[in-house]
Amino acid sequence: MNKLVNRRRVLRGAAGITVGLPFLDCFLNSSGTALAATNAQLPVCFGTWWQGLGMTPGRWVPDKVGAGYEVKVEMRALTPFRDKMNIISGTKYFMDGRPLETHTTGWQIGSTGRIPLGINSGASLDSQIADVIGTKTRFRSIEVSLDGSTQSYSKRAGSASNPSEGSPSKLYARIFGPEFKDPNAADFTPDPKVMARRSVLSYVADERKDVMKQLGASDRARLDEYFSALRQIEQQLDIELQKPAPLAACTVPTAFGETQPGKDIVEAGKNSKLFGGLLAHALACGQTRVFNINVGAGGLRKAGSTQGWHSWTHEEPIDEKLGYQKEVTSFIEWGNETFAELLRQLEGVKEGSGNVLDRTVILWQSDHGIARTHTMDFLPILTVGKAGGRLKTGIHVSAAGDPATRVGLTMQQIMGVPLSSWGALSNETSKTVTEIVA
Amino acid sequence: MKTTARLLSGAAFTALSLGAALAADAPAEVDTSTVARRLTADEYRTIITDVFGPTIELGGRFEPELRVKGLLAVGTTHVSVTSAGMEQYDVMARAIANQVVDAKHRDLIPCRPANDKAADDACTGTFMAKVGRLLYRRPLTDAELKTYVGAARVATAETKDYWNGLSMSLAAMLSSPKFLFRQVAIVPEPGKPGQWRMEAHAKAQQLSFFLWNAGPDLELLAAAERGDLDTKKGLAKQVDRMMASSRVEAGVRAFFIDNLGFDEFDTLTKDAALFPKFSAQAAADAQEQTLKTIVDLLLTHKGDYRDVFTTKKTFLTQELASIYKVPLVNDGPNGAPDTWVPFEFSKDDPRGGILTQVAFTALHSPPGRGSPTLRGKALREVLLCQKVPAPPAAVKFDIVQDTNNPLYKTARERLKAHATNPVCAGCHKIIDPMGLALENFDGAGAYRLTENGVPIDTSGSLDGVNFTNSAELGKAIHDNPASSSCLVSRLSSYATGRPIDTGMPWAQALLKNFSAGGYKLPDLMRDIALSDDFFSVTPPDTKAAEAAAPNQPAR
Repeated sequence: MNKLVNRRRVLRGAAGITVGLPFLDCFLNSSGTALAATNAQLPVCFGTWWQGLGMTPGRWVPDKVGAGYEVKVEMRALTPFRDKMNIISGTKYFMDGRPLETHTTGWQIGSTGRIPLGINSGASLDSQIADVIGTKTRFRSIEVSLDGSTQSYSKRAGSASNPSEGSPSKLYARIFGPEFKDPNAADFTPDPKVMARRSVLSYVADERKDVMKQLGASDRARLDEYFSALRQIEQQLDIELQKPAPLAACTVPTAFGETQPGKDIVEAGKNSKLFGGLLAHALACGQTRVFNINVGAGGLRKAGSTQGWHSWTHEEPIDEKLGYQKEVTSFIEWGNETFAELLRQLEGVKEGSGNVLDRTVILWQSDHGIARTHTMDFLPILTVGKAGGRLKTGIHVSAAGDPATRVGLTMQQIMGVPLSSWGALSNETSKTVTEIVA
Repeated sequence: MKTTARLLSGAAFTALSLGAALAADAPAEVDTSTVARRLTADEYRTIITDVFGPTIELGGRFEPELRVKGLLAVGTTHVSVTSAGMEQYDVMARAIANQVVDAKHRDLIPCRPANDKAADDACTGTFMAKVGRLLYRRPLTDAELKTYVGAARVATAETKDYWNGLSMSLAAMLSSPKFLFRQVAIVPEPGKPGQWRMEAHAKAQQLSFFLWNAGPDLELLAAAERGDLDTKKGLAKQVDRMMASSRVEAGVRAFFIDNLGFDEFDTLTKDAALFPKFSAQAAADAQEQTLKTIVDLLLTHKGDYRDVFTTKKTFLTQELASIYKVPLVNDGPNGAPDTWVPFEFSKDDPRGGILTQVAFTALHSPPGRGSPTLRGKALREVLLCQKVPAPPAAVKFDIVQDTNNPLYKTARERLKAHATNPVCAGCHKIIDPMGLALENFDGAGAYRLTENGVPIDTSGSLDGVNFTNSAELGKAIHDNPASSSCLVSRLSSYATGRPIDTGMPWAQALLKNFSAGGYKLPDLMRDIALSDDFFSVTPPDTKAAEAAAPNQPAR
């Protein structure tokens, strides 16, 4: 931050007039006025959908490249979204001679652009994006899992990953519980308890910081993570103390009870729909702009079956007549149906002439291309939503042999992350997917 | 089940006046500190229970932990706090603090404010000094105490409620890095320039988390403050006191829960249609069975560690008995909850030892079947400290484990067909023969003699020793030098939070004593706790020294 301040000072001194750095354009509309409640001027949002175990060769890549592609059978549930969706086929994760940690290395490259050396990794792309578009919201990002676990692929630099919420009712309480401030409420009185909490945090700030004085470099880096997390709590309280800007489309969803944790795909599907509704309302109410959904494919199964999705991918023989794994394809189709339902939830919250999905982009990625043989190529990648006009959609891009990180770079650039290239070694790229950038 | 707050109950408190609480002030001049381990979920829970009593609900969830070199304990030196995790710590801190000041628990606070609607620095100071010493595992400095008294005053002024103010100040302490991380203050070794040692309070928490899986109790803190822990005799006295306490069982359990990977039970599922007997209750009982077996053998009977792989003695509930297919009489009234009954398998039974227990066989199996490969891998990695490489990319699993394939009826046949691929054979050769010996136990740990109608062949070999069934496998592990050196390595790594490889001089010295003494776990724990290496610290780097210099901003 010091650098920013210094640069501002330098600019002011040199020119003899006040030259502020430009505001991030996502907070203001083109005429520089405050956000109004019309769709065109609402801020962009970013989401990820991490669905492990790839897709089936021959059953998802459209034959036609470019606009007007045909939706193949495994993705047929997504047909209604064809014109809002892009398919990027043919990309790879590069190993650079490093050993393959099956079902892990793919996530690492997909989310951070590199295979980490040791335990500490770089930040995942969603948290880089959240640092740009998520700093003015109550939650910098929200992580959920469909399998009920706390796992997520969202990380800040270092070793800690943001834990997922597995229960829709707990997420409801977190977002729309007593601390939620309706942006459309006629009057606004800051909660004295929140004011007191904020005062206490300021009061103890120095006591906390003196822990840093005594630490070695690596411990300081870890404590830095703690302090940046703490700043977010402070920010959250500051936001709760301000009268929120009215958001016409914001309504509080109806509360619901505790649901079954989703190990079984039927329960996972129900939870996904509830999560989708909550996220749609959270975006409409300005509570967050970034969300990450971990499908947790490896742990999912059908009731009564000898094995789960992951075991099936390795152990189900390829049906001789059909030429693919029947059981596995049914799981993939379930995943895509569940994704489609989530998209419908986002579309269901209307904002002016559009809806929440229009100003959002969701990146769909996987750990392997073909899970059966743990391939690191033929990766399925989708993006859905126009990101408020920053993306063109309805396009199939064939990027055979290119690093998958091209898509991650594109997402970060359109969201305003100042990056000219992303990833490491062979996964490094400076080539955006220009076909889909508006 | 504990019924009172061990450390902050009325009696313990009245013994300490405000003066006494404040007198034990300012720890020895601390120059620098190192390796901040994040409290584990279990350590956090135990501290809260010890300080405020078992009726306090945490009301939040913990961030995922990280397993490094086989242990979550080693991961604690690598993890930090994410924003979502911080939010949860904040939620828990507020929930705990609100309960501490509520009508039900207010007796924890030894004084009453002159006016419920105004600040009372004296009362706040008494309480926060006492609590702070327990939460920070050292006395608060004057400046720290002033900060928390002031924070309560500010919050009281804004909410016009003393209890609210006190609660908010306590909540702030509970989400302070000084509570959430195990900070290790270090001081220069007197007379040895350039060398550093742990400050006494850091030693106290190192001891208590290792031996009791809890924060230091009042006696240990007092010993630290008297300087006892800096003398061999004083240290030995405290270690012996702690080893003699019943709380050492919690320490032993916490180590084995970590080392055996029982955290994975949280995400373990078994198909109800295939394994109807494997209920949530059975999963909980299975972990408890293994822990009971270990505690009974190693602590109660001071047995030989290696016997955990061969002992025929265990404990069963009705639920587990039905999985093992052994008769167990429940003589309690109809509908009474399952009780633990000691049970002994006969000498020639293939069942016996922790490897054949549900907690091992079911944990290392996929949801719908058993897996010799996963079990063999776990045996090598968890119990012998050997690393099995990950499978290569682009492997074909076509015939591997289609359990309905008429050509390959048993796991042995299916694996043999798979391992014809030379790329795969190398690793499967070292993991499968061990896992195949456990094929008498299905995916949920139930005992069986046939698979798909064909008798199961459970023969195999481990590092040149042949065996014909799981009991002999247990014996082979028992006799394998790697099993005891692995325990030494894991326990010392667990205690220090840094990886201690079997080849390191300290590990070698511990192993020598461990084997000479007949492989007694309590002796090994004592030996570790009395070692210089247990308290040794890496000298601070120059950057830390700079940071410790006066007049430097915190960042």
